[in-house]
This record gives sequence, C-alpha cells and structure tokens, in this order.
Amino acid sequence: MTDNADRPNQPLQTAGATPAGAAPVMEFESYRAPRNQWWDVWDQFKTHKGALFGLGFFVFAILFVTIGPLVWTIDPQQPFAGPRNADPSWAHPMGTDQLGRDTMARMMAGGQISIAVGMVAMLLALFLGTLIGVVAGYFKKLDGPLMRLTDLFLAMPLLPLLLVIIMLFRDQLRAAFGPEGGIFILIVIVIGATSWMQTARVVRGDVLAIKEREFVLAARSIGTPSHRMITRHLLPNVMSPIMVSATLGIANAIITESALSFLGLGFPSDFPTWGKLLFDATDFLQQHPERVIWPGMMISLTVLAVNYIGDGLRDALDPRIRGR
Amino acid sequence: MKRYSLLLGATALALAPAAAMADRGSSGHLNIIYWQAPSTLNPYLSGGTKEVESASLILESLARFDDTGTMVPWLAESIPTVENGGVSEDLTSITWTIGEGITWSDGTALTSADFVFTWEYCTHPEGGCAQASYFDGVTSVEAVDDRTVRVNFGAPTPFPYTSFVGSESPVIQAAQFADCLGARAPECTEANFGPIGTGPFVVDEFRPNDVIEMSANPNFRFPDRPYFGTVTFKGGGDATAAARSVCETGEFDYAWNLQIDPTILADMEAQGNCTVVTAFGTSVERLHLNQTNPDAALGDIRSTAEAGPHPFLTNPVIGQAMSMAIDRALLVEIGYGAGGQPTCNVLPAPDLYASTANDACLTQDIAGANALLDEAGIVDTDGDGIREYEGTPLSVLYQTSTNAVRQDTQALVKEWWSQIGIDTELRNIDASVFFGGDPASPDTFQKFYADIEMYTNNFAGVDPQAYMANWACDEWPGPNTQWQGSNIQRFCSEEYDALIVEMAGTADLERRGEIARMQNDMLVQSYSIIPLIHRGGVSAHASSIEGIRMSDWDSELWNIMDWRRAE
Repeated sequence: MTDNADRPNQPLQTAGATPAGAAPVMEFESYRAPRNQWWDVWDQFKTHKGALFGLGFFVFAILFVTIGPLVWTIDPQQPFAGPRNADPSWAHPMGTDQLGRDTMARMMAGGQISIAVGMVAMLLALFLGTLIGVVAGYFKKLDGPLMRLTDLFLAMPLLPLLLVIIMLFRDQLRAAFGPEGGIFILIVIVIGATSWMQTARVVRGDVLAIKEREFVLAARSIGTPSHRMITRHLLPNVMSPIMVSATLGIANAIITESALSFLGLGFPSDFPTWGKLLFDATDFLQQHPERVIWPGMMISLTVLAVNYIGDGLRDALDPRIRGR
Repeated sequence: MKRYSLLLGATALALAPAAAMADRGSSGHLNIIYWQAPSTLNPYLSGGTKEVESASLILESLARFDDTGTMVPWLAESIPTVENGGVSEDLTSITWTIGEGITWSDGTALTSADFVFTWEYCTHPEGGCAQASYFDGVTSVEAVDDRTVRVNFGAPTPFPYTSFVGSESPVIQAAQFADCLGARAPECTEANFGPIGTGPFVVDEFRPNDVIEMSANPNFRFPDRPYFGTVTFKGGGDATAAARSVCETGEFDYAWNLQIDPTILADMEAQGNCTVVTAFGTSVERLHLNQTNPDAALGDIRSTAEAGPHPFLTNPVIGQAMSMAIDRALLVEIGYGAGGQPTCNVLPAPDLYASTANDACLTQDIAGANALLDEAGIVDTDGDGIREYEGTPLSVLYQTSTNAVRQDTQALVKEWWSQIGIDTELRNIDASVFFGGDPASPDTFQKFYADIEMYTNNFAGVDPQAYMANWACDEWPGPNTQWQGSNIQRFCSEEYDALIVEMAGTADLERRGEIARMQNDMLVQSYSIIPLIHRGGVSAHASSIEGIRMSDWDSELWNIMDWRRAE
C-alpha cells in the first residue's frame, strides 16, 4: 500500500535529487518495484545449479530434435546414406548403423518421438492422477470408489492389458490417423492411462492432510465453493508432489515406450525412437559401443534433466522454502 | 588315460607317418559344447535337437544322411530299393539286412529282435513317444531272421526310409529296455540316462541338464575308430558364449548352433583358432504374398476365400517386379553371413529336387522391375510416387516376427520397393504370438491379416512330398479349420494339385525329383511366394579338428567316429 502511494512522487524525487544525497539514496534502495511472483520463482530456481543445468540440457535436447532435422537433412530411414557400420566422422558425426543409416538423423527423429511421447503421456497421467487424487481426497463420498479403482489399476497386469488394447484399436486408429499417428495416439493414451495411480494416491494423501488445516477451515467458514477451494488452496499446496510425479512420469513413459517397441507393439520397426535405437544397438556393444552410448546418454540425461528441473521447481514453487 | 593316449599318439606318429592310419583313441579328448543342455539320452522321450544329437553318439540307426542329404548304409549292409528287391513292388514293405558282426557295447549281438522291440517301444499305446511320426503308417515290423528286418506299411509308401533311418529313430537294446514299455518308459532312469548302443561312444557319466562324459566303445565294429578316446559333452550357456569358448578361449573344440550376428562371428573366426562350418538343409526365408483380400474393412472374412482375391498381388507381374527389386546377396551379407545363401527356390535342396529355372532373381534389377511395371501399364497416375493398379495404389503392409535380422531385412526391402513405386508399411509381431497359432489372435502368420509376410519354413528329412503338398487348394487356413492349414499365401491351382497326386504314386526317384522341381517352379513363378534366403545351421570347431562333415539332414555329429585331431 505504501509503495503504491509513494509511486507518483518517485520520478519527481529522482529527477530532483541529482546530486546524490545520503537520505534519498537510502529511500531509493528500500523501494522494491512490484513484480510478478513468477520472478520470485525464477530467482529461487536460479539458485539451484542442478536445475539450471537440467533446464539447459532440456532446451538443448528439444532444439536438437526440432531444429536439428532442419539443419541435418539426411533422411533417418534411408539405408546406405553412408557406408555401413561407419565410425563417427565429419560426414556422419555419430556414425552409421549396420544398414548405413545415419545415426545422428535417427537420434533426431527418435528424440522427437521419445520426447513427445514422454511429455504427452506424462501430462495425461498427471491430469488423470491429480483429478482423481484431489476428488478422492476432497469429497469423502467418492474416496472409497475412486481409491478402489486406483487399486484395480495398480493390480492390473500392464502387458496383457496393452496387448488387448492394441489388438482392439490398432486397425481403427491406423485407418483414421495413419500408421504413425494412430500408434502415437494409442501409445500415449495407453501409457498415460496406466501410470496415473501413484500420482493419484500421493495427491489424495496430501489433500486429506491439507483439508484439515486452519486456512482451509477459515476459507470454508466464509463459504468458499468447492471448485475455488481446490484451485485456490489445495492445488497450490500439492504442487510439490505433482511436480515430482511429473518428472518421474516422463522417464517412465520414455522407458515404457521402448519396451513396447521391443515387443513389436509400438511404432513400426523402421521408425526410430531412442528406446529402440538403444535396443537395436546392444548386439553391437563390443564393436560399436558408441551406438549404445548415444541413445543411452540422451535418455539418461533427459530423464536426469527433467528430474532436476522438477526438483528446482518444487523448491521454487514452495513459498515456505522460497527466499531462504 | 590322457597320458596313455598321448603316448599312444606319439607311438602312432613314430610308427606310421600317415596320420590317416590313426588308432582308436589316438586323438585324446574332445570337448563339445551345446548351449542347450540335454535332459535325457533317450531320443524317444524327447524330440529336442540337443537330446537327439547327444544320443547320436551312442545310438545308431540302419542308415544315415550324409552332408549332401544322400543316404548311407550304417548298421544296414546296403540301402534297400525296388531295383535290388529290398522294397516290394507294391511299395508296402521294405526289408533291411543288418551288417555282419555288429554288437552292442556290452558285447552282445545286435539282432532283428531289437528292431521289433524298438517299434513296439515307440508305438506302445500308453507311451508318449516323441518320434512316433517316424512309425506313421507302419503296420508291423517283422524279424525275418536274425539279420533281416521287414517294415510293413498299410498303404503304398513311395518313400519308405523313415523308420530306423537318421538320428531320430535309432535302435535301442531290447534287453535293456524290456521293462520300460509304455507308461513305465520315463521311470527307467538308468536306461534313459545310459543307454547301451552300437555307436562309437559309451556313457561314463550323465548329469541331466549339465554334462555327459563318454569314452570310446571297446566293442565298436571298426577296430581303429573312434579316433577320440573320450568326449565331454557340455550343455548350457548361450550362443555367443559358446562361440567364444571355441574361437577365443579354446576351452571347447566344437560349438553348435551359433546364430549370432555374422560380423561378430566373422571377427572371432578371424582370430584363427576356429573354423565356422555350415550345413544347409531345407530352411528358406521367404515372403508370402497374400492372394486373398486382407482389407480390415472386411472384418472377419478378410484373408479368406469369401473376401475375394487380393486387389493387386494376384497379378504375377507385380510379384515379379517385387522379387527383382530385392538384392538377396546383400540381405545375406548383412543378416546371415555364412549361415545363408541367396535362393530363388522354395525347395532349394537336396540337389535332386533343386530347380535352376528361377536363378535370374539372384541379381537385383531395379531398372528391369520398373520397366516391367511400366510395360504392364502399372504406372503412377496421380504423381505421388506410388504406382496404381486399376486405381488401387500399390501400398502394402509387410509383417514378420520381431527379430533384429528380420527388421533389417524389412527396412532394406522397403527401401528397394520404394524405388519401384511400391509403398510399404512395416509391422513386427512378437514371435510367440506370430507363430503361436492362437485362433483368437489376429496376429498369427496363419491368419495373415496383412499383404505380405516373411518367415522361414522347412521340412524334416530329405523327401519333399509332404512339404510340397502344403500348397494344395484345400490347405487354405480359415475359420472353418480353426485357422489350421499350411497354404499360407492362399495359392490354388488345379495343375498343381494334379502334381501332388502324381507325386504320391511315384516311386522312381528321378521322376519324383522332376515333379518336385515342376511344383517348385509353378509356385515361384506364380509370384505368390518370393524365396529370399536359403538358411543353414552354423557351428564352429577348433581348427585342429579334422574330418567334420556337418549335415543338416541328420545329427551334426553323425560321423564323429571319423573326427580326429590334426597333428
């Protein structure tokens, strides 16, 4: 309030006090411009070295897979783009595979799929998990049924379920969206719909605890409606576990996708993803270790980066830690 | 023992400079590794390759198949034929004469009663004999005299060399197994783990699923053989480790079934400690082109007769162009190495049955394939780079099982087909589902809900009659047969069916070969099937071992009595 009241005077003050006097400077320094709270979050985030590194690498990975193919224009599916089994060279910075396909182009194409699958499946799982967790924690009547549903999903063996889903819907989706688009939608939904349970449980637990806190009781006493309660008071307070789930979710989705591709349920075999590149390269571990290292490094660094970003975000988003 | 045999070897060397004149046991000890371990030494109780081949060192049969697929008399004096009177004119019986003076390893004589007993043992109604198919159609086995055995068939059998031929139906000793008939067969542990045989080796110790120790049979019919005095037959591990133990560390002398990446195996062989040997049987990696319509919109009737013919794959010109566009030699180089040869035939062996009429496909000809399609008026009319046939774009779904080599092949074939204006979508299916045969799964190779599929098939033995009958019109898989049926690509031709009937009534080998070649050419030239690679078994032996003649028609170890260590 005082800041706002002072504001109109300030330009005058600074303009007037050209020779710096002791008292005006003091007053000037004590003034803090009002700013968006996200700047505070950023300030806190910046202090986390790991998070900064993570963000840097994640941005790099995204640029690598999106801008990369525009610069490095070799077709990733073209056999004999170079000599077979070539070691890294200027013509093929990451070498070529046993069919002479350029590994760098395949890393870029594979990264697009892997990161996209990871992100979208994570968002879907996060959305489902948060929704179910909050609803179950907040509305007592729904708690039982929703948690039993969660148990059901946790108890369900994932692989047979995936087999059935893919068997039932593959042909329809393939007809509607083409072989790659259809499989992408299918895989994202399948992974998202089978990995929300942990998030839901954690969120529900936190919501149950926060629901009994004084500020929530106070808010309820002045008649705050449920949807406002959830968005205004509960969600910001369960942000930390959600963030952690999100980071774990991306890693999980990337790995599940590669497992599916391995079983032949994922993308067509000539359609590279990081998981598949890694799997294909294991046969050549002794002769061409770099072929395992590239996708392995990208998967682990991406997962690590996302984890660090999540860690930094959690610290930055928690008002109790922020500023300390 | 070892010192003794070393001494013996030294003496042999000193006395007889010609190494061929070696004595029994003069080569010392032989180490064999099979990366799947045998669980019994009775091949009638387990049909696994590992059991059959380990037992083939001990148990023998009347005749065997050598490395060219030719039958050689083994316990028999000669191979019975219609000409020498051994096979009856009406093709319903075959009479074998056992060689003179052959004894079991315990010194007792081998008689025709042992053969009659073996037949009774395997066909006992309460016993689950793993090799019962070798006695299919046999109505009785008679002991004519001590050295003469007659096998009678219920119907004329133009190829009667099944019972007591090859490593899978050897003769067992009546005295030893007398109490082991029927349901009691698996209980005779001592006999099953240490059968008495006529072969070059006898069992000293058998540890199931681990190791077999053997030594030379003192009563073996050739006094100078086997050249190896003792054998350790070790099971377990994996193919790569087995290859390393022969080629890199030298712990073993012989490793079986090395299906590993050809570049890795070639690198090992280049170190000079081992030699890779291959034997080619009848396995052919092939593409089947669906002759019926697999369109998903047809629902349950797709890929059956009701669905109607395929929109474009029934046109042989398209299949021919697809075949011409493939560089088979490169596929071999990348995926198979020594274990494969380019082929243009469904029936690539034995030599008698192998046609040479289709060999033009061995060289890739993309320009020729394009010209062929242009000439037939199958051109790209809408400018999208994909040709159309009567308005249908040539766009195919190409499926196979999940396997690194097959996926590489798919990627290459897709590239070549794209150069002749055919668009390909790839799909790979887990092998246990693809070959699982579950009628409820849409992804089995029998259902064939795709345009093209690729896998390997072969037949056991050397006679192709049953195999070539696979492509009869009434062999189509379909819902009415629970999707059982061997005519996978849904080929049908009256002429072909007539040849099948003719084959079943012909005993003359030359004529049988001619019919088989005609059948092969008919199939291949219908371009409903595109053979790619003739696949063989791959093994490796230490460079110091001589005399190995690997056969894919019989046990790989069929002539182990001739193996010896080079000086």
